Amino acid sequence: MMTPLYKYGYFGDEFSLIAAFVLGLGFGFALERAGFGSARKLAAQFYLYDMSVFKVMFTAIVTAMLGVTYLGWIGWLDLSLVYLVPTHLGPQILGGLVLGVGFVVGGYCPGTSVAALATGRIDAILYALGILAGTFVYAEVYPWIKDFVNSGAMGQVTLPQIFDIPWGLVVFAVVAIAVVGFWGAASIERRSGGNP
Amino acid sequence: MNNRPASPYANPHLAGIGLGLVLLAAFVVMGRGLGASGAFGSTMSWLVNLVAPTHAQANEYFQGYLGDGTTHPLKAWLVFEVIGLATGALLSGLLAGRARFTVEKGPRVSTGVRLVCAFAGGILMAFGAHLARGCTSGQALTGGALLNVGSWAFMLMVFVGGYAVAWFFRWQWR
Repeated sequence: MMTPLYKYGYFGDEFSLIAAFVLGLGFGFALERAGFGSARKLAAQFYLYDMSVFKVMFTAIVTAMLGVTYLGWIGWLDLSLVYLVPTHLGPQILGGLVLGVGFVVGGYCPGTSVAALATGRIDAILYALGILAGTFVYAEVYPWIKDFVNSGAMGQVTLPQIFDIPWGLVVFAVVAIAVVGFWGAASIERRSGGNP
Repeated sequence: MNNRPASPYANPHLAGIGLGLVLLAAFVVMGRGLGASGAFGSTMSWLVNLVAPTHAQANEYFQGYLGDGTTHPLKAWLVFEVIGLATGALLSGLLAGRARFTVEKGPRVSTGVRLVCAFAGGILMAFGAHLARGCTSGQALTGGALLNVGSWAFMLMVFVGGYAVAWFFRWQWR
């Protein structure tokens, strides 16, 4: 059996919406378990007394990265059929900066705000309304910023491709960076006195 | 919603493995990763189309979500995924006794100011996610695992941006 199942035609668009709901269930459950339904817990990442955002994100990235690498290696997953968001370095660097500021000001990102509002956080409701308002303003100014948003197109490109390094070596490097990062995060938490 | 004491959160690495397996399942089943911000795009396009259809259909951004009008704008993959996200989070929150109506804030900030900040943060987030073609889920998490160049650049800048302004907003959290 070859995967991605959807891309190989094992099911159609209607069933893909059911798959979306079920995958979302797992996504939301994991986020809430991690404590990401709480803005205080999320914001703590930027004040160094609780590095859970880094730990959860990097553990998830490493898990999924090792998974796709292994499934690709044994030939069960055609990684070329997994969608990659095209790279536009300039807009993505600026977008990351703006989003980072929004994270500290608002306390959430879009996914975690949904997890938080579902568990009764009033601030997350305001945050989600802010995203809707911002989306409206963005749509209205889009004609003027469109050229910038689409600038620097590099296509669908991975780190191994752009640096011409074997996939496996980049995977190994990411795992090594994560392990050192986890050790560093734990020692930073100890030094900052941990979560009050 | 209930009064029993909240259970402690899961070990971050355990929760991360769970999240990573859900992401891996999305790659294997769908050939795409997880996301969130796109669902807000669908929702806003649907709302504007309800209130001012001519305006929505003349706007390039909304038009992208509305398409040729044969499919309901909310009948989108990310909308269903986000409904699942909310359901899964509520389920976990109820099981752990953590679901309750409250405002997340530090002790030094008033509820009103915190809510204004939350709204403002959401506006910034919308701009950031649109410029970057995805948010923490669709870019950092999904693209991170796929070694996507733009996703890694984006993820680094999220931390840079957050740490750069964290000091100025510490009154909100501590």
